[in-house]
Amino acid sequence: MQNKKINKGYKLLIGAVIDEPGSSEKNKTGSWRTFIPIIDQEKCIKCGICWMDCPDMAIKKNADGTFAIDYAFCKGCGICAKQCPTKVISMKLEGK
Amino acid sequence: MRKVESAAAAIAEAVKLCDVKVMPMYPITPSTLIPERLSEFVNNGEMDAEMIHVESEHSAASAMIGSILCGARSFTATASQGLALMFEILPIISGLRLPAVMAVANRSLSAPLNIWNDHSDSVSARDQGWIQLYAESAQEALDTTIQAYKIAESGNVLLPVMVCIDGFTLSHVYENIDVPERGEVDKFLPAFAPEYALDPEKPLTFGPIVFPDSFMEFKKAQEEAMENSAKAIAKANNDFGKMFGRKYGNGLVETYRMDDAEHAILGIGTLCTTSRSVVDKLRANKIKAGMIRVRCLRPFPKEDLQKLAKKLKTIAVIDRHISLGFEGALATDVKSALSELRKKPFIACHIAGLGGRDITEKHLEFALKQGMRKKAGGWLL
Repeated sequence: MQNKKINKGYKLLIGAVIDEPGSSEKNKTGSWRTFIPIIDQEKCIKCGICWMDCPDMAIKKNADGTFAIDYAFCKGCGICAKQCPTKVISMKLEGK
Repeated sequence: MRKVESAAAAIAEAVKLCDVKVMPMYPITPSTLIPERLSEFVNNGEMDAEMIHVESEHSAASAMIGSILCGARSFTATASQGLALMFEILPIISGLRLPAVMAVANRSLSAPLNIWNDHSDSVSARDQGWIQLYAESAQEALDTTIQAYKIAESGNVLLPVMVCIDGFTLSHVYENIDVPERGEVDKFLPAFAPEYALDPEKPLTFGPIVFPDSFMEFKKAQEEAMENSAKAIAKANNDFGKMFGRKYGNGLVETYRMDDAEHAILGIGTLCTTSRSVVDKLRANKIKAGMIRVRCLRPFPKEDLQKLAKKLKTIAVIDRHISLGFEGALATDVKSALSELRKKPFIACHIAGLGGRDITEKHLEFALKQGMRKKAGGWLL
């Protein structure tokens, strides 16, 4: 019996070697989220602490100095909301 | 070159001949003579290798992962509780498909604390994806270590190999050995050239998480590699025989006086040497006895044993190990392998030689005769 849905399109190399860097970008982890962080851009002071502390590098720096959360990868851990010195990131229940 | 050496020293000679580059070591009785001798080789400049003095056997096995991933042929040696401490790393090495070679000087597992021989350490590790070869003599220990790298590094195998020798009974027993020339070994065993190795110029990921959608495919590939290894073991044994003039059965199984045998003693390691003289004695008394030595426990030589068992009336399996709560693991494997035969020999399963208890000719003769009388096996105390 063959498994059709195999490994999200990755190659099955010996010993599970991955021979191309950057493969973690293919693996979207946003669906793991229970709580979703939302930045109040009006009150944000653009200090960048959320961007620095995000353990998944799911916060991007925009050209105008603002920050945006990449919801394709954000797992909703809430570290950004906890660390934000002005408390402008709120954690809302996903889908509400 | 002729030398008088112990099997442990013979393995060290083989490691030198194989041009091993990294040896993470944490000495433990009765394997200690191996790192002892290897450190002398490094110190004397006879070996251009890195010996890492690690803080535990767990680290020794872990360091081998790093060194092999860097493309360096690697080696370590251990025994007993040392192998037990490595246990977490054993399936990682085999799952990453790293051709490590490790010598195990078989010793009982504590408690009660005991430093002497039985097979409970390596037999307990038989499910972890390592090829397991058991030697019967110091010469075979040397030859098997060289063959082990050849087998492990074969393109359709890429699995680690344990070279097992009976603690003290073999590791510390001095025998006449023939040490091959380095040039000859180089011809038999080319330099290690892995397909994937760590290189800053070409980044790779080793050991990533694998989800349920593909984990089974990787395990199946590992099992196929194990099946391939049976051929690689036979080929290494044959090719080695052609070059150096020494062969050990078909590589997987070695037999003694089995051509017309009706009753056989089946075992692993040095107890087979004693079995040979028991067979001779019984033959002198017109009993058609023979001996089967399982040289390779994993992959298990199922077909070979089926072929040999077809003509037999009795097999006495001698286990230097017990899976507490059931029976010896070798007995389980033998019975399972022969279950498909329409006409099966009577199989008597005995537990013997635990914790360094001598297995004498009396024990083995008794074991076989019990089987010939269709009596179940037991403890050969």
